[in-house]
Amino acid sequence: MSRAALDSLVAAFPQHILETTDRLGDEVAIVAPAGLLEIATWLRDTPAMAFNMLSDVTAVDYLARNPRFEVVYQLYSVSKKHRLRLRVPVGAETPSVPSVTGVWLSANWAEREVWDMYGIRFEGHPDLRRVLMYEEFEGHPLRKDYPMQQSQPRMDLRRKERDAVEEYKTLYVDKLAQARKAEP
Amino acid sequence: MNRAIADALAAAPERGVQEDVMVLNMGPSHPAMHGTVRMVLTLDGETVIKCDPEIGYLHRGFEKQCENATWSQVFPYTDRLNYCSPLLNNFGYALAVEKMLGIKATDRCNYIRTILGEMARLADHFTSLGAGALELGAMSAFLYAVEARDHIWDLVEEVTGARLTVSFARIGGLKEDLPANFAERWEATEPRLWDVIKKLDQLSTKNRIFMDRMMNTGVIGADEAVSLGFTGPVLRSTGVAYDIRKDSPYFAYDRVDFEVPVGTNGDNFDRYLVRLEEMKQSISIIRQCLKGLPGGPLNVDDPHIMLPPKELVYNSIEGMINHFKLIFEGIQVPAGEVYSYTEAANGELGFYIVSNGTGKPYKLRVRPPCFYFMGGIDRMIEGGMLSDIIPTFDTINMIGGEVDR
Amino acid sequence: MGVDIGVPGVVASRLETAVNWARKFSLFQYPFVTACCGMEYMAVACARYDVSRFGAEIPRFSPRQADLLWVVGTVNHKLAPHLARIHAQISDPKWVISFGVCASTGGFYDNYATVQGIDKIIPVDVYIPGCPPRPEQVLDALMMLQDKIQREKWDGPRAASDVAPAIAAVPA
Ligand code: SF4
Repeated sequence: MSRAALDSLVAAFPQHILETTDRLGDEVAIVAPAGLLEIATWLRDTPAMAFNMLSDVTAVDYLARNPRFEVVYQLYSVSKKHRLRLRVPVGAETPSVPSVTGVWLSANWAEREVWDMYGIRFEGHPDLRRVLMYEEFEGHPLRKDYPMQQSQPRMDLRRKERDAVEEYKTLYVDKLAQARKAEP
Repeated sequence: MNRAIADALAAAPERGVQEDVMVLNMGPSHPAMHGTVRMVLTLDGETVIKCDPEIGYLHRGFEKQCENATWSQVFPYTDRLNYCSPLLNNFGYALAVEKMLGIKATDRCNYIRTILGEMARLADHFTSLGAGALELGAMSAFLYAVEARDHIWDLVEEVTGARLTVSFARIGGLKEDLPANFAERWEATEPRLWDVIKKLDQLSTKNRIFMDRMMNTGVIGADEAVSLGFTGPVLRSTGVAYDIRKDSPYFAYDRVDFEVPVGTNGDNFDRYLVRLEEMKQSISIIRQCLKGLPGGPLNVDDPHIMLPPKELVYNSIEGMINHFKLIFEGIQVPAGEVYSYTEAANGELGFYIVSNGTGKPYKLRVRPPCFYFMGGIDRMIEGGMLSDIIPTFDTINMIGGEVDR
Repeated sequence: MGVDIGVPGVVASRLETAVNWARKFSLFQYPFVTACCGMEYMAVACARYDVSRFGAEIPRFSPRQADLLWVVGTVNHKLAPHLARIHAQISDPKWVISFGVCASTGGFYDNYATVQGIDKIIPVDVYIPGCPPRPEQVLDALMMLQDKIQREKWDGPRAASDVAPAIAAVPA
């Protein structure tokens, strides 16, 4: 249904669209970061497109790939009832993309969350703070190289967390490793 | 409009009675901030000039946790997203994975999902309306609403075995069929629900205090709401008839007849009315589905997806291996990405899933409707009075588990 | 609870027993509700299960007016300091019930965000397992707490950690 929208997008911005797919009925355009803002404004303002709602922004961390991250935008048009997904590849060093807060208001918090969880900067965002984690938190938990159980308590705990796990580690894993080392 | 008042107040050199603005911290553990949300308010007298909501006090690492679970193990986590209506989250996630696998649930399954989903929506709206009334001081409405919710939960318990956290959906089907006497049980429950809906209506809708506090508070315009990513009853209260059940029907919603109630003003009272009307529609949907409930198999017939029946698991080696593989390695979902959306009680509940072809999701993003409400709530509050925050907060029905995940 | 000493309308008792008896039936609760367990807490507090039958009727949303802290739901590291502070603000004697597995042990959220049980932050008197616990189980826990209050000794300062925590039974 939104194949037409995708086609006209490609026709309008051939230089910025890196690739398109429509697997499983989801139309996707992979967009170069440089063209994102222009494309976003065009998608919202062209009457035939009328993508007036940005339903979601998220990111994916493909650790082994280059570029490492991909920021994903889900668009919807309330009047035309069609959907489109934009994917923007972002490199691993100082990852950043232009912010679309000027185009859709919902981008404000959504981009804050992506910054919080993945550490991707949004250039031109008015207020890029953490939203789910606290300010003292170091690192970005949803990155694939952030260990799942690495907590950063904000206060002194009365007892250790996960002592059983550590016990297991010192009692079995470390000992086993030592024993292996001792073997000739 | 609220924004304009707020800006004018912030810019005004002389501020009337109060020279200084006051900064007030509301939450994170405040009786009216159901769930744990903090708001840093800048007040001029009792007028809110600036509001800075802070969330994350219930962040439980949903996504990280799911990335380390198999596709089926994700179900319990989805229960706890919007914990007022766990079934709807279950079904939304199941639909997403089914889309990814390229399978379609059976007819009977779709009907049952619709029935149970609407029951969950009813429970959610009862909770939201009841709690909302309670926070405006109407204790009796709350007691009635919770009683009605308990009636629904009794029914849910009979079907699923649990009151709240049900984990009833499976990829490609459901855990079980409806019990044999479900239709009669529903017949018995329905009048009670109507009774409570009527009572809620009588207790609140024409109540002077209730009206004064709800009308023209927390107003949001249609264009702004769309741009802010609002969905569900909050968007519909502004007059935009966006309901995924109608716009891109899934399950059995294209085979039942129902209306999408919309409001006109986008204020708290309209949101309340929209919810009240939606409950009536939900009951009618359930009735229609029960009448048209088709027979046939419940689950898709695919050994790569559904667990084999228990007799096979215990009595044949093939069955046991099949069971073992599905439990330990998980359902193998082909690589790719998908965005699937359903209408949850609060609006568009989307699942964006990336698979790398293994038994675990590579990335599982939930698009929670409430997160975007919280992102735009400052626009509904600023310029209003401090006391308007309470009804506004109630009618957007913020659910901590969903906002913070 | 006392001895009849033959004077009509008068019983003799130890002060400790009498005061403990009074305390256990006038628990003012502070519901620290964070998550899904709060839905069950609502059910417990409402008409059908009605916690007020057990002398714990009125929720107080100020720690200064409460003596029983219900920690209902998941507590994460962002929220932990707030919980500790609220607990510190409740004046003695105070009791803590940990409602649900999340509050008791972290539940099935074992990751960077959640505290692995509120006993890492504050002392707990009664743990209620269940995700969420059924209302019956919650009422059982409340009675356990009352039992515990009745048995409290007054010699020396009371520290909750001195009194061994109880665990509400899982219904068969
Ligand atoms: S114990 Fe279960 S129901 Fe209770 S807060 Fe934790 S996840 Fe939710």
